[in-house]
Amino acid sequence: MNTLRIGRLVVGALVCVVVGAVVLAGAGVFVARAADPIKIGLGMALTGGLSANGKPALMAMQIWKDDVNKKGGLLGRPVELIAYDDQTNAATVPGIYTKLLEVDKVHFVVSGYGTNLIAPLMPIAMERKLTIMGILGLANNEKYKYPNYFQIQPSGPDPEANWATGFFELAARQNPKPQTIALVGADAEYPRHAIAGARELVKKFGFKNVYDKSYPPSTVDYTPIARAIKAVNPDIVFVASYPPDSVGMVRAAAEVGLQPKIFGGGMVGLQFTTVMTSLGPMLNGIVNYDFWAPEKTMMFPGIQEFFTEYQKRAKEAGVDTLGYYLPPYAYSAIQILGLAIEGSKSLDQQKVADYIRSNEFSTIVGKVRFGANGEWAKSRVLQVQYQGVKGTDVEQFRGPGKKVVLYPDEFKSGNIIYPYSAAQK
Amino acid sequence: MKTVRAFLVGVAVIGLALLLVGLRVNPYAYFAGYVVLQYVIIATAWNVLGGYAGYVNFGTPAFFALGAYTAIFLIEAFGAPLPVLILAGGLVAGLLGLGIGYLTLRLKGVFFSIATFALSVVLQTLIINWDYVGGAKGYTLIRPPAPFFGSWAILLFMVMVGLAVVTVLVARSVERSWIGRGLAALRDNEEAAECMGVPTLRLKLFATTLSGFFLGVAGAPFPYYVTYVEPSSAFDLNYAVNALAMPMIGGTTTWMGPVIGAVLLGTAQQVATVTISSELNLLIVGVVLVLFVVLAPEGIVGLVRRLRRR
Amino acid sequence: MFSWDLLANAIVAGILLGGFYAAVSLGVSLTFGLLDVVNIAHPAFVILGAYVAYTMNSSFGLDPILTGVLFTPLFYAVGAGVYRIYYSSFERRGEESLRGLVFFFGLLFIIEVALSLKYGVDYRMVEAAYIGKSIDLGGVGIAFRLLVPCAVGLAMTLALYLFLSRTFYGRAVMGVSQDQVALRLMGANPVRIKTIAFGIGIAAASLSGALLITISPVVPSTDRDYIGRVFAITVLGGLGSIGGTLVASIILGVAESLMATLFGPSWSLAVSFGILLLALAVRPAGLFGR
Repeated sequence: MNTLRIGRLVVGALVCVVVGAVVLAGAGVFVARAADPIKIGLGMALTGGLSANGKPALMAMQIWKDDVNKKGGLLGRPVELIAYDDQTNAATVPGIYTKLLEVDKVHFVVSGYGTNLIAPLMPIAMERKLTIMGILGLANNEKYKYPNYFQIQPSGPDPEANWATGFFELAARQNPKPQTIALVGADAEYPRHAIAGARELVKKFGFKNVYDKSYPPSTVDYTPIARAIKAVNPDIVFVASYPPDSVGMVRAAAEVGLQPKIFGGGMVGLQFTTVMTSLGPMLNGIVNYDFWAPEKTMMFPGIQEFFTEYQKRAKEAGVDTLGYYLPPYAYSAIQILGLAIEGSKSLDQQKVADYIRSNEFSTIVGKVRFGANGEWAKSRVLQVQYQGVKGTDVEQFRGPGKKVVLYPDEFKSGNIIYPYSAAQK
Repeated sequence: MKTVRAFLVGVAVIGLALLLVGLRVNPYAYFAGYVVLQYVIIATAWNVLGGYAGYVNFGTPAFFALGAYTAIFLIEAFGAPLPVLILAGGLVAGLLGLGIGYLTLRLKGVFFSIATFALSVVLQTLIINWDYVGGAKGYTLIRPPAPFFGSWAILLFMVMVGLAVVTVLVARSVERSWIGRGLAALRDNEEAAECMGVPTLRLKLFATTLSGFFLGVAGAPFPYYVTYVEPSSAFDLNYAVNALAMPMIGGTTTWMGPVIGAVLLGTAQQVATVTISSELNLLIVGVVLVLFVVLAPEGIVGLVRRLRRR
Repeated sequence: MFSWDLLANAIVAGILLGGFYAAVSLGVSLTFGLLDVVNIAHPAFVILGAYVAYTMNSSFGLDPILTGVLFTPLFYAVGAGVYRIYYSSFERRGEESLRGLVFFFGLLFIIEVALSLKYGVDYRMVEAAYIGKSIDLGGVGIAFRLLVPCAVGLAMTLALYLFLSRTFYGRAVMGVSQDQVALRLMGANPVRIKTIAFGIGIAAASLSGALLITISPVVPSTDRDYIGRVFAITVLGGLGSIGGTLVASIILGVAESLMATLFGPSWSLAVSFGILLLALAVRPAGLFGR
């Protein structure tokens, strides 16, 4: 037999395998079965652009499932978590959630991670009157005002503006008050929201906007942008960016010698362990948003046990090793769902939603109460500043001291080093 | 198959679909079915240019997304109904096909391919910056109650069945007409075809326009399906790869190939989304594509033909 | 906001970027410009080279550019192998236009997905002594992380130019692109020559990958940004002209840089493609093409 014929047989065999798989899948052979559990389903970004956070988020929820099952489950029944990969692609969401609801027959659903992946879930949720726990999305419910949606991101009411309020407030408190500001952000959904919110705040706080441009996320070199900003010599630089551009901007700023009085604001990615360890001392002085920091003021009940377990699993799975950004929030989102099921003693969507809306929950990220549109009743977007980072070792970020919480005041754990250049020494 | 018979088969397919709806199968089937049928249209459309004429289009996402965004624009500006959206989406994408063809088809085929890839990037940048259709923030569609069949899932599924049947019938009739023969001639040897008097440029332009038209048609109902459209998922590279892989695997010389490829590969991918890791699923698509291209260049249709001849 | 200082900086940064773009495009100039093989998977090999540099850097602390140079023989062999498959499956049968293109596209896809399976989609960076430092020449800042790749890129261009014009195999490659039959009559095997040239092209790709990761972090899908750039440069420069590739790279680098600095970066990527489409429409032979 010559190579070509063998090749053709291989191809023919492949075709048979595929057809067979399709038939078997249709017969439900690949669907796992368990005995009378409570099923919670979700799509999550396990591949694609957001998977760096998506995988840890799912892991955190699996830790919750194990914690809950160790204590006897919910309403006396074990909990089962069914997750599919949404590939960070909004088009997969309708199919995934329909399968979860119609084929896997889940009792509750949780959203995927990210504004773009929560958006296509909203109409499905509204049509079927589902209770939705949202995992970190910005302003998903503004248009719909659906009452059974709850978002674990601590943006609070008016999420677009609240994102940056702390940053602007810190700037305005300094003496003498800075005058000029440069706004720069990526051409993508979150940064656009953030910059829109920032523009409002510029007016509110009376700063003068001297630079307001965006860049395509696939930009290779950020030095032209950093230079252009340096040329207008702003007192404040507010950046809204995703991880690759955050890294690019920080490096470019360091290279070009861009030193406003206060720098940072809405940079996603600086919270990731791999980014922190590779930027190292270049982070010093940057004031940026965050959701959690390993400071004394943020040690809520249960969170240290969570991190111990998470960091153990993360090491084996090869995901974000410290997990200080999304994982605790993913855990507490599903934790709230579980508490509400127990508290309302029911699996009815409306009863559970009503319970969530009218109660305050004690979770591993502290006390959570929801307000209008399902956002947090009170914003808790932190502003942190990196201080005293030396070298690129990861251990220095494990404990307190390198990421000091500046805002809001009730969680403040240190003082701002102002201006920015002072922290660089 | 004679044309009348083919037409009747098409009607029978639509009838079968209606039967499925009547039987109230699991709603998940409509969502998965929508995607597979969407790929039938995409693969068939791609093949008109790629398989019949031999010009490889890497920019499928551009045409598909253009169909979707034309629909969004018309929804925002005029509240246009679905049939208008589909027609308009197809026409605009067809015009794009004509334009890009006119610019590059007088050169070597590879320049057309690179230009289509560049087109995707440029168009995506344009859309990202066009706030009227949502731009980078994305566009949310709030659907009114479905006018027929009681649910959007079923309605969209039926629309797709209809569109798929139409697309395949059109592709089939092109294939059997003098246009199809002319395209085959220029695919095999463009210079020789020119010498024989085949109007190669006009045929090529016809192929790009028709191909673009149906790609746009595939994209126009997309906003209704996902209700949230943002550039990175509308321009997803998967459309480009699948548009290539499905005809290649099924067989490029006839209308049956893309259909087989789309049904097989599309269904396999839908299954994989909810079973094995989808990263592995993507890798498998790539490997299968390369294997087929190297070992079985005529696709499944070709393999079947060979088996029959024995 | 116009200032000569800003303009000067933008132009210098653009030139440095151009030197790097030349490194990335050399391989395509060779394989597409001279051999007429549309290796659309070239950027995937660039990214592969970048990841190899990353792995060596994070596990052994090796300088990325050193890694790039060290691994060129391996990538040369890979390139030669790929060409052999391409040749026996497509070129020999004259089916290269459709199937060959699809083959390379599939290869691009496989490499990208395999990388994201192995390394995930986190951005990967390298550490080297010269990253993060810059020198100041009369008001114009020159970043080392741009300067070193640019220098390497220029060196690569020079080396390839000398190879093609001064060595036997190099001239044979030029010969293959002009007239294969005549080449056979002269005693050289065109397939062997093309294999060598293709191998060199892929080796160049991997070295430029090491340069890429020195300049900025990479992720498996970074290759898509370069598909257009690389072919735009090759076409603009003129197929078959190494010098043209260098000139076109610098033009693109400066254009992107100016666009980013003066008009805001939103449109710089689209501008690169605009140049490509314009070149194809107006002067497909490029600036220095044959």
